Amino acid sequence: MQQFLDTTLGGLVLGAVYAAFALALCLIWRSTRIVNFAQAAMAMVTTYIALSLLNADVPYWLAFLAALAAGFGLGAVIERVIIRPVEGKAELNAVILTLGLFMVLHGLTAITFGVQHRGFPAPVSTNAISVGDTSIGITPFGILTIVVVALVMAGLVVLFRFTDLGLRMRAAAFNGEVSRLLGVRVGRMLTLGWALAAAVGAVAGMLIAGGDLVNPAFMDPFVIYGFIAAVLGGLDSPLGSVIGGLILGLSLSYVTGYVGEHLAPLVALGILMVVLLVRPSGLFSAAAARRV
Amino acid sequence: MERLRSILGPLARPITSVPLARHLVVALIAFVVAMAVIGASSQYLQTRYAEMAYFAIAAGGLTLLTGLSGQLSLGHGALMAVGAYAATLVLDRTGGETLADVFVALLVAIAVCALVGVVVGVPAARLHGPYIAGATLTLAVAVPRLANQWHVLGGEQGLQVPVPRAAELPAWIQDLVWFFTAVEIDQYSFLAYLGWLLLALTFVALANLSRSRVGRRWRAVRDDDVSAELAGIHLGRARVVAFTVSAMAAGLAGGLMAMNVRLTAPGAFTITLSLTLLAAVVLGGLGSLPGALIGAGVLAFLPHFATDLGESAGLSATQAAEVTPVVYGLVLMLVILLAPAGIVGSLRSLVSRASRTSSLASALGSTKEKTT
Repeated sequence: MQQFLDTTLGGLVLGAVYAAFALALCLIWRSTRIVNFAQAAMAMVTTYIALSLLNADVPYWLAFLAALAAGFGLGAVIERVIIRPVEGKAELNAVILTLGLFMVLHGLTAITFGVQHRGFPAPVSTNAISVGDTSIGITPFGILTIVVVALVMAGLVVLFRFTDLGLRMRAAAFNGEVSRLLGVRVGRMLTLGWALAAAVGAVAGMLIAGGDLVNPAFMDPFVIYGFIAAVLGGLDSPLGSVIGGLILGLSLSYVTGYVGEHLAPLVALGILMVVLLVRPSGLFSAAAARRV
Repeated sequence: MERLRSILGPLARPITSVPLARHLVVALIAFVVAMAVIGASSQYLQTRYAEMAYFAIAAGGLTLLTGLSGQLSLGHGALMAVGAYAATLVLDRTGGETLADVFVALLVAIAVCALVGVVVGVPAARLHGPYIAGATLTLAVAVPRLANQWHVLGGEQGLQVPVPRAAELPAWIQDLVWFFTAVEIDQYSFLAYLGWLLLALTFVALANLSRSRVGRRWRAVRDDDVSAELAGIHLGRARVVAFTVSAMAAGLAGGLMAMNVRLTAPGAFTITLSLTLLAAVVLGGLGSLPGALIGAGVLAFLPHFATDLGESAGLSATQAAEVTPVVYGLVLMLVILLAPAGIVGSLRSLVSRASRTSSLASALGSTKEKTT
């Protein structure tokens, strides 16, 4: 029972991070119909920027904001300079382009910061909370992770549902040509979508790194887990991405806890294939039918 | 007389107009040249040539899959891992010292990968674009990890691979190599010769397949799946066949890689391996076998240069080793942004444009002559 509780709580924390990642992928998919396979590498870069600030004795939350801002800027620059030429072209081109970007960012970070593992501080304790004599499988940092992801989600909901800017972004993603006729600066909205997504990814990177060791490869599993979580919930649906992230986090946590750590990616692949073959539009997508 | 000519006509055609014969002639010439070059090379270069051969086999399979059938696979590193482990386990059982052991191991590697190719290819046939990319990327991460799960696969340290000894080779092979290159065959040159022989055979098979009815079906499916289906092509079957053929090439490449590296461990089959294969075929030009060969040459020879360049720029050894993936990544991005057809495709369009302008010029010239 104790182990089940611990595994579940661990899975929820993991799921929250996957959810943030899936949300970032979903934002980009909605605006440009591109799956950004470089998302994890971009988040890794911003995490390293925060780490160098932390090593220079900058307070944690200031470094957190810096990572966020760096992500925002990086996302905007990448969309404008690299992604813009392939938007609306053959979908294979965009996929290959983001994979190339993944390799470049990965290698450049390794060259700049070295490949050794480095400790990353956390703003709150990363020791399990104990109730009475028994410790339960969640840490204050785990709780913080869930809270931060929930805040990010709420912020995005407010942006897209209740602001003029969010409405324009949705319009640009929904039908670029008509929006342009109605005076929406579509190009700018797409850039903003990428920037926002990269900022969300940067938050996820900070949450993954906190209290753990980082090296240039520490985000690599999230390339696939973020994608699977997003597809699980439906790439079009932000809420679905979050629920997909939680489902994936819990499943992988159970597999790691009860079967074997090394089988987790294979199980993730199984989940992905079942979803794609049985319900290609994802569990929570509103789309009636879509090719996958 | 007329009848005789019409009967003899097909026989009197030059032999190079038959695709199979043409491919065989080209492959034979290429193999003889390769043998001469390998024989005259240092041990270091022989190892590089052997590496180029197995990369080219894998890249050839991948370029056919992505370029002709239109399916992107980022899982070919995983398929190479399957081939490498299958070959290693067989070589372990048989001792792996004779030529027969080597061929049995490679055949098993191909067969196992064909099976995996069907299993992966059936669901993959229903996916496209980013979905198939994500699924095969997951495969690339998941499969090598299995080595840590089961003890028979040797865990993180991996399995040693027994290597054939040159002295055990049949006398006629030793004589033949001596006759062609005037150098005794040793373990390193043997692996290079074996690699290039299998490369030549694989490319003949793949080139023939792409010129055949099967290859035409793949192109039809890639260009317009709805029209292809209306024309009576079974989409799923065509795609699964493409994936299986491609997986078999990757399996053969993996088996050869195991023999060359002499150690089969999960650390060799990272996401980066799959992505570098993609970089090779994108650079050479999707769908082009000569392009795959060029790309494989880059994969075999670039790391050394890039690492040297990094070290001379003052980087530490571990940092300099990261220059290579950066170059591959840049290659992927630049080719997609500037020349999506790759090296071979761009050259082809240059040549055809040049010939079109010259034929246009001559046509204009001839009309001018007529009018004057």
